[in-house]
Amino acid sequence: MSVDIDTVKRVARLSRIAVDDADAERMTGELNAILGFVEQLNEVNVEGVEPMTSVIPMAMKKRQDGVTDGNKADDIVANAPVSEDNFFVVPKVVE
Amino acid sequence: MTLIDTRTPDPKRFISGATGDWEIIVGMEIHAQVTSEAKLFSGASTTFGAAPNANVSLVDAAMPGMLPVINEVCVKQAIRTGLGLKAQINLRSVFDRKNYFYPDLPQGYQISQFKQPIVGEGKVTVSVGPAKDGSFEEIEVGIERLHLEQDAGKSMHDQHPTMSYVDLNRSGVALMEIVSKPDIRSADEAKAFLTKLRTILRYLGTCDGNMDEGSMRADVNVSVRRPGGEFGTRCEIKNVNSVRFVGQAIESEARRQIAILEDGGSIDQETRLFDPAKGETRSMRSKEEAHDYRYFPDPDLVPLEFDQAYVDALAADLTELPDEKKARFIEAFGLSEYDASVLIAEKATADFFEKVAKGRDGKAAANWVINDLLGALNKAGQGIDETPVSADQLGAIIDLIKNGTISGKIAKDLFEIVFTEGGDPVAIVDERGMKQVTDTGAIEKAVDEVIASNPEKVEQAKAKPTLAGWFVGQVMKATGGKANPQAVNALVKEKLGIDD
Repeated sequence: MSVDIDTVKRVARLSRIAVDDADAERMTGELNAILGFVEQLNEVNVEGVEPMTSVIPMAMKKRQDGVTDGNKADDIVANAPVSEDNFFVVPKVVE
Repeated sequence: MTLIDTRTPDPKRFISGATGDWEIIVGMEIHAQVTSEAKLFSGASTTFGAAPNANVSLVDAAMPGMLPVINEVCVKQAIRTGLGLKAQINLRSVFDRKNYFYPDLPQGYQISQFKQPIVGEGKVTVSVGPAKDGSFEEIEVGIERLHLEQDAGKSMHDQHPTMSYVDLNRSGVALMEIVSKPDIRSADEAKAFLTKLRTILRYLGTCDGNMDEGSMRADVNVSVRRPGGEFGTRCEIKNVNSVRFVGQAIESEARRQIAILEDGGSIDQETRLFDPAKGETRSMRSKEEAHDYRYFPDPDLVPLEFDQAYVDALAADLTELPDEKKARFIEAFGLSEYDASVLIAEKATADFFEKVAKGRDGKAAANWVINDLLGALNKAGQGIDETPVSADQLGAIIDLIKNGTISGKIAKDLFEIVFTEGGDPVAIVDERGMKQVTDTGAIEKAVDEVIASNPEKVEQAKAKPTLAGWFVGQVMKATGGKANPQAVNALVKEKLGIDD
């Protein structure tokens, strides 16, 4: 598997990372090197092996249904560049 | 998903275009908010209408290092809903990340279930109608799947000229996305399906079904085709938030597609919005590129697993579902399908009816609940949970008719009094002298008086027996409506010498 420069640009866009053409060019090479490295794993036969989801087999931890958190709106918006009345305020996003 | 046509094209559902008939194909995705105290993966409250960002934990705000821990009740609610939809419950399901950027999604991804949902295929039986002749048509709508996912926050765009305001109170609230198969063939069927689904969820107590508050929202996939032909290209109408709008959105979208196709055009697969003010759908400015959610299993969550005994225990505790209740009402109380349908639509109404009907005539109880109580509540803009007339009070009124204490006509007045003023029906009848006069002597006296003072009418009635009704009316009037109508009728005829 390898990626071309258009794929790199598209993935960057989907990730909202600004990448100029020179960077994209460089990253294409770097990403392909990484992919090539990972590709070696294909040599292992994993036929019939379930993907590992946890290092130790364990049941999913569950919580009781009770309100144990919240009421900290000041903390929640504390790091927001702009806020008003505890709303986050962001550049308009409506279509 | 492979699309399988499970329905036989029926001309009565076709809509005619300029070049012939068309058939509408609809599938729906319903987002139903899970009824729970806390969110799906955090301990913040799910209460509607809290102050901005008050119901937000650091998990919901996606602060670095926060980890999701699932709320067990949300899992149980999803399983119970699956059981109510007669669906396959998957003992192992997996949470995935659905990646996209939007200001009201602080994680940058929604935790959802993609390849392995908690609930698989099921079905809902939907009663469509009544038609003009009062009949109902039963259709079956397949359920493709149900999965658990997080809700996003809410953006408000009308607070500032250049900025959007974001409130994360809804962020992380548990949703069930219920996906139907494309088995729906008309706007009426879609409305009936959504209504039925809402009824089932409310019976189960897994979603409050409150569409005004956004607890239930529907995405509607609409396409048209020549009857029995290949499925056409569909458009998805997002976030339709009432049963009525679902109907309108389908009608207008189908007409739009037919107009394009009949002009030789083709349909672009796209996402559209329904504008209730204009009654039509419009394109959401199409994204420059198709969605690419890059789903992958959420590394923060191991697969959700439980055993069959866990499911069986929930199944054993399941409430009686609307279909079963309807069948029982028809069978046990001799109700018509229509009456039974009205009574079971809301569980509270069904429970109320059962209390009234206990030890009484089921049909009489149904008539009083549907025609009088629901009618009066509707007029007063109240729901069954706010009824001023209790089941015991209504039962007492029915008993008073049954044992001949009051006439059916007086009973209506009595109901009115109990509805507006309250009180014990038996005591009211006593205090206000509403008892039916069954004392033949008293009735006879009243009949004699009316006959004596109307000699001309007596002559007319002898020639034309139907005029006896006039005498009955006069006697009822003279006795303030309290005379037993059958007794009056018999006496009038006897005195006038009219044979039955």
